[in-house]
Amino acid sequence: MPPLKVLIAEDSDSDRLILARLIQKLGHQVLEAVDGAEAVELFGLHQPDLVLLDALMPRMDGMEAARQIKWLAADRLVPVVFLTSLSETADLAQCLEAGGDDFLIKPYNSAILEAKIRAFNRMRVLHLELAEQHAQIQRQNERLLEEQRLALRVFENVAHTGCLDAANIRHYASPLSVFNGDVLFASQRPGGGLLVFLGDFTGHGLPAAIGAMPVAEIFYGMAARGFDGPDILREINRKLQRILPVGMFCCGAMIESDFKHGLLRVWNGGLPDGWLVRADGERVAIPSRHLPLGVQDPQRFSASMVVLNTSPGDWLVLMTDGFSESRNQLGECLGEEVVREVLADLGAGQSPFEPLMERISEHTGEPLPADDLTLCCLQIVDDNTEEAQAGRLSESALSGATDWRCVYELREQTLAEFSPLPMLLHICMEVPGLRRKSGEIYTLLSELYNNALEHGVLALSSEWKVSAGGFSRYYQERERRLADTDGHFIRFELSHRPRLGGGCLTIRCEDSGEGFVFAEASDTVSASQPVSGTTYSGRGLEILRRMSSHLQVHGAGNCVEIVYEWMLPGETGHGGNGPMMMENSR
Amino acid sequence: MPIYTRRSDDGQALTIQVEGRFDFSTHQAFRDAYEHNDPSVSEYIVDLSDTTYLDSSALGMLLLLRDHAGGDNARISIRNCNVDVRRILSISNFEQLFSIH
Repeated sequence: MPPLKVLIAEDSDSDRLILARLIQKLGHQVLEAVDGAEAVELFGLHQPDLVLLDALMPRMDGMEAARQIKWLAADRLVPVVFLTSLSETADLAQCLEAGGDDFLIKPYNSAILEAKIRAFNRMRVLHLELAEQHAQIQRQNERLLEEQRLALRVFENVAHTGCLDAANIRHYASPLSVFNGDVLFASQRPGGGLLVFLGDFTGHGLPAAIGAMPVAEIFYGMAARGFDGPDILREINRKLQRILPVGMFCCGAMIESDFKHGLLRVWNGGLPDGWLVRADGERVAIPSRHLPLGVQDPQRFSASMVVLNTSPGDWLVLMTDGFSESRNQLGECLGEEVVREVLADLGAGQSPFEPLMERISEHTGEPLPADDLTLCCLQIVDDNTEEAQAGRLSESALSGATDWRCVYELREQTLAEFSPLPMLLHICMEVPGLRRKSGEIYTLLSELYNNALEHGVLALSSEWKVSAGGFSRYYQERERRLADTDGHFIRFELSHRPRLGGGCLTIRCEDSGEGFVFAEASDTVSASQPVSGTTYSGRGLEILRRMSSHLQVHGAGNCVEIVYEWMLPGETGHGGNGPMMMENSR
Repeated sequence: MPIYTRRSDDGQALTIQVEGRFDFSTHQAFRDAYEHNDPSVSEYIVDLSDTTYLDSSALGMLLLLRDHAGGDNARISIRNCNVDVRRILSISNFEQLFSIH
């Protein structure tokens, strides 16, 4: 045992001398005080390891000195031992009250004194170790929090919130939720409409946050290039299955909202029921129908999405299990029934977000939910009211791929397995300045492609899509017929010519189908013709007609050619963007 | 949350029984239950009759067991789940990976 600094406060000179000698003989250093006040003063000056106090002393008694010494020592453990004779036992309790740790009974016995000093030293050392460990944990915790703050900034750069701030999205996600494995992304699609992904990784902390990074990259990267929900889901699943250890996965839901056609496509793998709350009060559950992401190997993964019709004013609700599992002070879970109750009580067209959040605060008694709850409510809006896509990079110098022509033909089984749209869009986006028209170009390409595939190659009748029942039949039949595309092809021929301040893009799409008889028999149709049809069928053609400056149907109706003329804003020239009158091209 | 194991008379089936909450705290015990068994075990039965709760980390542990037991060729049945446990298993569509009774 290393020598200790022992403070003795004793008003009797002889008693103090005896005790001091005893302690010095045991090898310790002694500080002597004649009363409580001096003891407190010496304590402050020399920070002794052990204090021995006589209970009764002039100026300041032992009890008051003990109180002050304990206060000065704060977090440091300094054992205070009262020196007492047996006759004073009645006061012993009071001494302990004042902060005393033990007694030493006069007359002093060297063996007992030594044993006590040893015992107190053990206690003191233990306390020091404990305090050091505590400080170390605290330092590590602070470092961890600092690392999390930094990691969060990196994460936010990759997994930004996309267009979650849009007026028709209400969501709650704690800023640190990524460390609980929750992610929520939203992106506007090049052709209009929205993609939303909500994910919940198993596990907490760093592993969950790391898993979220590639998901964010894949989602935003592919969404911006015009990929569909199923393509993105397949890619996320493939990536996660490869990088995550067995036993770790991501429950998730993907929403693809097409405001233009009033369609919602949904995929739920492992999240609690999502809900579509229609403006008329009807509620449609969107239960999990798939394994979570990162579990199934790519060959067996199913990305098929459920298709729902929507109308403006409908609300879609998605949440992680943090909602039903949030606990009150008694530890009781909120449960899933509550979601149904809250949704059932909604007024017509009322946002479900606020009532759900209120319900959870009521339950937990906390103003904000825990970190592991993420809630997202999306309102279906009228396509026309949607805020226009914010202008992207301004391309001032029109140099680059402006004058070109390409042919791309898909054949046979590839028709069933591959969508050429992202690639074709990518080629068009190489034209400087055309990027800001990506939405329109994508729509043109996809209408042409879907028309060629569904009505040309697969010979599906769009009339089926008029009724809700026909709708699912349409998609079932589509799936079935895709299995047999032998001998079929779809050929895209794209060419672009530059013009002053803009350009002219011609897209010709031909398929191996039997073609159609078009209502308007004329080969060339002016784009400014009024849109007459109220049925679904032929709507694709109407869209093409309205967005292009020129549309021509060749042959048996299995080859459609459109001309899209575009100008950068601020440029003068004949024409502008979108619909315009064209003199007959022939 | 104790975990009990027992072998069938022919030694080929291993039953793992989880009592109480099946969550992350069970991680080590659950792994120990199947990792050190001899290779003659060809079938696993996870008995959840006394399991009150199951969370996503338990789902992960079941996937680990599946991996250990041969992945797609694994013979694992999950038995006697209560309603809540069953619900969590079906939300995650684990019927596609395990036979659940």
